[in-house]
Formats: sequence, C-alpha cells, structure tokens
Amino acid sequence: MSMKVGTRQVDGVAIVDCSGRITLGEGSVVLRDTVRDLLSKGQKKILLNLADVNYIDSSGIGELVSAFTTTKNQGGELKLLKLTKKVNDLLQITKLYTVFDVKDDEAGAVKSFK
Amino acid sequence: MAMTEQRVSYTLDSTLETVDSAEEKATRIAAELGFADDEVMQISMAVREGAVNAVLHGNGYDAGKKVTLAFERTAEDLVIIIRDQGKGMDLSKIPNPLAPENLLKTSGRGIFLMRSFMDVVEIRPSQTGTELKLIKHVHGPTAGGKEASQ
Repeated sequence: MSMKVGTRQVDGVAIVDCSGRITLGEGSVVLRDTVRDLLSKGQKKILLNLADVNYIDSSGIGELVSAFTTTKNQGGELKLLKLTKKVNDLLQITKLYTVFDVKDDEAGAVKSFK
Repeated sequence: MAMTEQRVSYTLDSTLETVDSAEEKATRIAAELGFADDEVMQISMAVREGAVNAVLHGNGYDAGKKVTLAFERTAEDLVIIIRDQGKGMDLSKIPNPLAPENLLKTSGRGIFLMRSFMDVVEIRPSQTGTELKLIKHVHGPTAGGKEASQ
C-alpha cells in the first residue's frame, strides 16, 4: 500500500492525515511535496497525523526529519500526532523521539501551536 | 530463482521494485519459518534496508548491475545474504546516527536499524561489490518452520 495524504485546516493548523507506508520512493516524495506545498502557501503550523501509517523505513524517517528541519528553518513548527507502535518504536530507537514534539490528542495538539 | 531444501536465492535488478520485493520475500520466509510477528517485522525491515543499500548506494540503480539475495535456514539461524556489484564502501565513514550532531541528518540510519533488529550484521565491502550478511537466531519452540508445527 502506497502513501496517501489528506490535508485539512483546524484553527490555523494544517493537519496532514497520512496513511500507508512512508518509504523510499513514492511515500517519501508524497510527504515531501505536501510539506513543501504547505510552506510555500505560508502555512507554517503543520501537524502530521501518522495514526494510519503502518510502516516507515530509514528513508521515511529521513523524510520526517527533513520536513521537521525545513519547517523549522522557515520559522514554522511541525509536530507529530498519534504514532503507531511501530513508528513510535523506531523514533525511540533512533532517539528522534527527543527531537520531535509528539502528541496523542488532536485537540490538544492544535492548541499547543504558538 | 534457485532453490534447495534449506536455501533460496534470487537475482534481482537494481530497482525500487527490488527493494519492495526483497522485503516481501523476507516477510514471507520469516513467517513461514515461525518467527514471531515482531521478529518478522524486524527481519523484513532489515532486509529492506539492506536492499536499499545494495540498489541505491551499491549499484546506484545501474541497470547493468544485479543484486543477489539469499535466505538460508540453518539449525539455529536464519541467514540472509545480500550482494551488490558496486564499488564497495568505507566502513570507517559510517556515522553514528545517535550522535547529537547526526540526529537531524536525513540519511545514515539503515545500517544502524539493521544492527538493532538482527543478531548479527556483517558487512564485507570489496572493489567488486559489498556482501551483507544478516543473521537472526531462532528462538523458542515455535520458530523452526512448518516442520516444527506439523
């Protein structure tokens, strides 16, 4: 299953609902293009909902890091919402859990943006 | 595909499809051998990372170069060997992805993940290609394949 994304706006925050796999190739490209598109439109509060992401590889992890740093470098914030156990475990193993702001509750996550 | 009773091997193109195919094969074989679900995921992910390295970093998507993938079931282990036909790699230049200065790098985690998920990871680079050996020990009475469950 390839990666699919849908974007919606909640109180000035762009919530990107991701589903499928974020892996080398199409999955990583879809995520990259989505985040770049949002930033190009001036949308700098981005919440990646990963509740339906069932698989991510090292390329996908790299893409998350790239999305995070690209957003931060443009004065924005990118946070992660609702990690599956697999993705959570990977972020723990790679110590990226300490880098990302990870939320479990959507309403609380939206409010947490400055 | 060449196959013996305990060993199966494949010769694959240097494409993204090979990466997905290698992962699928690893998932199927590990499941058939009776590994637990989390171990199957670990094995398939390690193989995917190894295949990415072979296709992308080793062979550089060169259509003239092949990737060989072999699975071998021994008495105590599942042994997986992935070979590419690239120019080899300098193991001393592999960064530690957990180092603070590397945490925000967008690449360089593949070998680390393989080492996290497998019991043994051996990398043998040469000027004619790199050989990667991944070993997962068989644990518990159920692992050991269909034979053990029949």
